[in-house]
Amino acid sequence: MKVAVIGIGSTNFGEHWDQNLRQLAIEAGTKAILDGNIRGRDLDAIYLGNMSAGRFIGQEHVGAMISGELGLSIPAIRCEGACASGGLALRQGLFSILSGQHDIVLVGGAEKMTDLMTDGVTSSLMGAADQEWESYYGVTFPSLYAMIARRHMHEFGTTREQMAKVAVKNHHNGILNPVAQFKKEITIEEVINSPMVADPLTLFDCSPITDGAAAVILCKAELAKKYVEDPIYIVGSGQASDTLALHDRKSLTTMNATVKAAQEAYKQTGLTSKDIDLAEVHDCFTIAEIVATEDLGFCKKGEGGKLLDKKETEIGGRIPVNTSGGLKAVGHPVGATGIKQAVEMVLQLRGKAGKRQVKDAKLGLTHNVGGSGATAVVHIFSR
Amino acid sequence: MIGIVGYGGYIPRFRIKVEEIAAVWGANADSLKKGLNIEEKSVPSMDEDTATISVEAALNALKMAGIDPKEIGAIYIGSESHPYAVKPTSTIVGEAIGCGMEYTSADTEFACKAGTAGIQMAMGLIQGGYIKFGLAIGSDTAQSKPGDALEYTAAAGGAAFIIGKNNIVAEIEGTYSCSSDTPDFWRRDTVEYPSHGGRFTGIPAYFKHVISATKGLMEKLSLKNTDFDYVVFHMPNGKFPIRAGKMLGFDLNKLTHGLVVKKIGNTYSGSSPLGLCAILDVAKPGERILITSYGSGAGSDSFSIKVTDLIEEKRKNARKVQDYIDNKEYVTYARYTRLRRGI
Repeated sequence: MKVAVIGIGSTNFGEHWDQNLRQLAIEAGTKAILDGNIRGRDLDAIYLGNMSAGRFIGQEHVGAMISGELGLSIPAIRCEGACASGGLALRQGLFSILSGQHDIVLVGGAEKMTDLMTDGVTSSLMGAADQEWESYYGVTFPSLYAMIARRHMHEFGTTREQMAKVAVKNHHNGILNPVAQFKKEITIEEVINSPMVADPLTLFDCSPITDGAAAVILCKAELAKKYVEDPIYIVGSGQASDTLALHDRKSLTTMNATVKAAQEAYKQTGLTSKDIDLAEVHDCFTIAEIVATEDLGFCKKGEGGKLLDKKETEIGGRIPVNTSGGLKAVGHPVGATGIKQAVEMVLQLRGKAGKRQVKDAKLGLTHNVGGSGATAVVHIFSR
Repeated sequence: MIGIVGYGGYIPRFRIKVEEIAAVWGANADSLKKGLNIEEKSVPSMDEDTATISVEAALNALKMAGIDPKEIGAIYIGSESHPYAVKPTSTIVGEAIGCGMEYTSADTEFACKAGTAGIQMAMGLIQGGYIKFGLAIGSDTAQSKPGDALEYTAAAGGAAFIIGKNNIVAEIEGTYSCSSDTPDFWRRDTVEYPSHGGRFTGIPAYFKHVISATKGLMEKLSLKNTDFDYVVFHMPNGKFPIRAGKMLGFDLNKLTHGLVVKKIGNTYSGSSPLGLCAILDVAKPGERILITSYGSGAGSDSFSIKVTDLIEEKRKNARKVQDYIDNKEYVTYARYTRLRRGI
């Protein structure tokens, strides 16, 4: 598999009181089109990752909304897989090129979440869990991930401090990312002492509610150099599913969908986790990053916490994770997150990530999760 | 020269602590106290409402002004808790303080800024030569839904200002307002408690208007932030006004004295006016005060006020805001609920 990414773009992430979903998506898309040195009319199709515009802003049919706004009559498809909607859209864009149907496609991810109050957002997000067996019993995503955290602590001795270190590291990286929602150093003590959300997770263990959009231009590999000098290639793509409800799984501390999606992507490329130079993983909660680094094979099961103690996932470490600041510091506009990860990876592999640049980055991995792990998408990027 | 002839505040005696409310809802009091920068709030007694609070404040203002209440030609009372939906609070107050019949009056509502809007209305009538003195009051017994974030701050209190041209204790050098249709906080008719837009009440609402009005005033009067000795912004909590002060580059010490919210809560229409009274109680002749109110919905009125030589003599005649702040009795949540007629 080899498909080029020739253009990237993203909005600032945060509370965009004065911008709607349409404006955010168009801003990111236009930036990606300009970055890819193409014109709108060069596009063959649009794939848009969006989780819940219907519930967040009452707007469905967002694919056509974006193509219409761009003045294009090309196919426009919205992809939904909860918080993995962006990753799913990226995969559909890839396949459309690999199938020979399209040469150049725009893949975007966008979400407008702050039009609702926090309880409205929480209940909308719960649409990604099992309504009958989880939501109706009053469970929310923080509490699902809190159960994962508790079990991880029980099985492997993972500590509260280790979880806090994820937030501290990602906030530190976020300061170096101009589009991040939070640009503020925090300490382990601040994380632990922040308001309790779902024991053991406190406010600073949780990714925020965010508005934002990101976009990439995918291009048939053979055509890429016609437009840009430094195309980055997507060389592996895996996706897998698991039970919707957390309690139906054999293990609370392994996300099988992640393991399988990664296996598929590694298999396609002939690579292993040891070949990866850096990764953007789905840290919707701090425990999620610890579980992800294990499931992706960056360390043994149960040692994700130690990875943080040894500073191996920091920029400059053995396997930098979430150089962008992750979902924690950049923000988590749910449908946009998978594409935002791709944008960061392309920046890193181009060597244009500024102060957060990972030296000699050649191979990068992105990992996007939907719900509590029912959907996982993994992509491998190469220079 | 138009200005304040007399002013006066009033705060009910009962207080409830953040800890007491937090314990009922299982909330973290320390984090709330830090997050809101507030310790306790005032609670009106069962027989106190916007009318009685306004009367107390107006009587203090009258004592200071030393005028015959019959000389007051206009009464405007700004509140979002007028006791009647239809029937003015202002006539109850006019009657109680002895204004006779020869005055115009109206109740005003603009969330937390209808009191300062009343000052502007009185200024207009005086400048136009229609009346000699005008009485403007901002007063509230604020409502909050039990368990809502507002419950920690929604308080009761009021401040009255007699506006006129002679014997003024402080000159109103100028005023500037800005308004926009911003639905950050509202209460529909017949609905018991207000609703609010959570974080939307911050940047796009409070800060946008407070900052714009304050900058507009300074530009209009060619004043810099260093030209003011005291600053008071509307106080929905103890955090917002400080942040506004930082954003505008004020020396934050200038905000300290007017920041009455920490001890009495958000008195809504009475909030920034009570802060102004507290400052006038201690300011020296020649000192300049900035006050910017904020009302959800949304808008801000900003005033530049300069203290005159008369203040030191005249303010001896009325009770000070600090007296009311210090005179307090704590109540439990149960008694609070009873006082608010919840049970």
